[in-house]
Amino acid sequence: MRIAVASGKGGTGKTTVAVALTLASQEPVVYADCDVEEPNGSIFLRPEVDRVEKVLVEVPKIDESKCNACGDCARFCQFNALVSFNTPPLVFPDLCHSCGGCELVCPTGAISWRKVPIGEISLGTSDGGRISVIQGKLDVGGSLAPPVIRQVKTYLTDDVFTVVDSPPGTSCPVIESLGEADYVLLVTEATPFGLHDLKLAVETVRELGTPFSVVINRFDEGDSGVEDYCASEKIHIMVKIPHRREMAEAYSRGGNLFDAIPELLDIFRSIPERIEKGVGV
Amino acid sequence: MKEIVIISGKGGTGKTSITGCFAALAENAVLADCDVDAADLHMLLAPQVIETTDFISGHQAVIREDDCTACGVCMEKCKFNAIKLTEEGKCRVEPYSCEGCKVCVQVCPVNAIDFPESLCGEWYFSHTRFGPMVHAKLGIGQENSGKLVSTVRREAAARAKELDKDLVIVDGPPGIGCPVIASITGASLLVVVTEPTISGKHDMKRVLELAKHFSIPALVIVNKWDINPEMTREIEKDTVAGGAHPAGRIPYDRSFTVAQINGRTLVEEKTGPAVENITTIWEKVWQTIK
Amino acid sequence: MKIAVPSPGRTLESSVDGRFGRAAGFIVYNTEDGSFTLADNGQNMNAGQGAGVQAAQNIAATGADVVIAPSFGPKAFQVLKAAGVKMVFSIVGTVKENIESFIAGKLKESDNANVEGHW
Repeated sequence: MRIAVASGKGGTGKTTVAVALTLASQEPVVYADCDVEEPNGSIFLRPEVDRVEKVLVEVPKIDESKCNACGDCARFCQFNALVSFNTPPLVFPDLCHSCGGCELVCPTGAISWRKVPIGEISLGTSDGGRISVIQGKLDVGGSLAPPVIRQVKTYLTDDVFTVVDSPPGTSCPVIESLGEADYVLLVTEATPFGLHDLKLAVETVRELGTPFSVVINRFDEGDSGVEDYCASEKIHIMVKIPHRREMAEAYSRGGNLFDAIPELLDIFRSIPERIEKGVGV
Repeated sequence: MKEIVIISGKGGTGKTSITGCFAALAENAVLADCDVDAADLHMLLAPQVIETTDFISGHQAVIREDDCTACGVCMEKCKFNAIKLTEEGKCRVEPYSCEGCKVCVQVCPVNAIDFPESLCGEWYFSHTRFGPMVHAKLGIGQENSGKLVSTVRREAAARAKELDKDLVIVDGPPGIGCPVIASITGASLLVVVTEPTISGKHDMKRVLELAKHFSIPALVIVNKWDINPEMTREIEKDTVAGGAHPAGRIPYDRSFTVAQINGRTLVEEKTGPAVENITTIWEKVWQTIK
Repeated sequence: MKIAVPSPGRTLESSVDGRFGRAAGFIVYNTEDGSFTLADNGQNMNAGQGAGVQAAQNIAATGADVVIAPSFGPKAFQVLKAAGVKMVFSIVGTVKENIESFIAGKLKESDNANVEGHW
């Protein structure tokens, strides 16, 4: 089973929940960090990294002996990645989406492809090998998160319990990370901001058609808006995490949820089973 | 005219709550919300929308199903797997997956694919109890972009000029990507709101690198400083090392949440220990740019 | 000779825009007759990214020989260089003051991108 943990905005406790779900599992488990702009699950899981692989994307390579400087490629490119002034084109790899359009329109067959790195995947284990940690990380200056997320997903299999830590928000990297998940946990806070951003996240997940439920973090700190909304929308609330100052303190040092609130362990342990029984579908 | 941009790197540090307080404390400002992924500032400022404008960015492929022969060439050439066969045996573009590259339009043998401009969201000009505000809303699956941020900032600056306001206060986007850079270039002052956590510290350093890079003076606020005083001191050291100045500390204060629930800013609520800190910090910010 | 300056305004008394790629437009001054035209910095591809590349192409399209701006990113630098447009750093002041300073030989030419690209 693959559970994706997502949230409408950053800072709601998404990584805290994803890490807790991973640590609570008594079976072998895979933690896949798809929050590739700021992957920080490793701060809490502290894996030993066995191997690091580059994420490569293809960008055009111009054979200047064949190029007739017509500029068709530059006119076609929708992303400003090629520029020509009646010259062989300049190529800006970090604007390229690897769509292949320039090659298609080139009348002289002057365009082939070369691979450039945009990020890396690190593979490691934690807790004596029980937890596999797969982390995608976009290079600083990179802007194309989806290829990195797609590559993280190539390491995932259906036969192992897997927790996917999604990027915050509702943009295309989020949608990429939620694809193929069997279930989504949406993490929010019991505040007006939390509710507003939860609604956007619910809209996104409903659009994708994936079963989901909600985790309310610091449920006792704010108001009942989130719970009222879930009740009226018939959305199941999987866990309510109380506010404890110890949690904020533990988090600030790289500690996990159960360091601060040990009694939540059993509840998190039961989540996969409850999902399998069809809770919140 | 001066422009202050408030950013945080990491989400959830209290950036928007603090921006709301600045909006309340500033006397003659235009407000701009560039945090369009999680645009929450309007919940504190309750803007009344006066003008709405479509935000268009890029293009999207749309297949005219009546003309489609389902030959499958587009599906084969699309690098984003954005074209699927429908139950009626026609090709259809999945809008969330389409990156607007135009390849399918180019390869379709019967010219059955249109390539209209893509409506990504809307932006608004509004009135609030603290002055005019420019803000935006994105459609689902749409990404904040340098273009949208630049649009919001440009409009806010234009309104400031028109209405004879001397300050623009910008709630910036999270992260350190293109939208953040588009939100800070050419600004008078950056205010970075961070928290004493490992990721807060890390992200703040990256944000200060950007500030230095674009030669923009920066002040750093450590919110919830008392959850880890030691880390707060480290962050303040990093602030100075990174060429910025500490603007002050704000203690962990539940009153922020209460104010949010009441749809008001903390300085209007006038409760809790953080009010005094924020007022002092605003004085410092204002002195810095005045 | 034609000199292009990014500006949010529409006259020679306007300020120089701090943002090259996302400038509202360019004032293109003709030294032959002292006339000037306004060139829109329309991002005709409407791309969310690559504004500097697009802006540099827009400048090249005006036929400008020189562009005066506060900074040039690496992509804009490459494009302007390929188009044969000379890049000069602006000083604080109006468009007119910058053009006069350039003609008087007081502005520094950019031989390298002075800001790193961003994303």
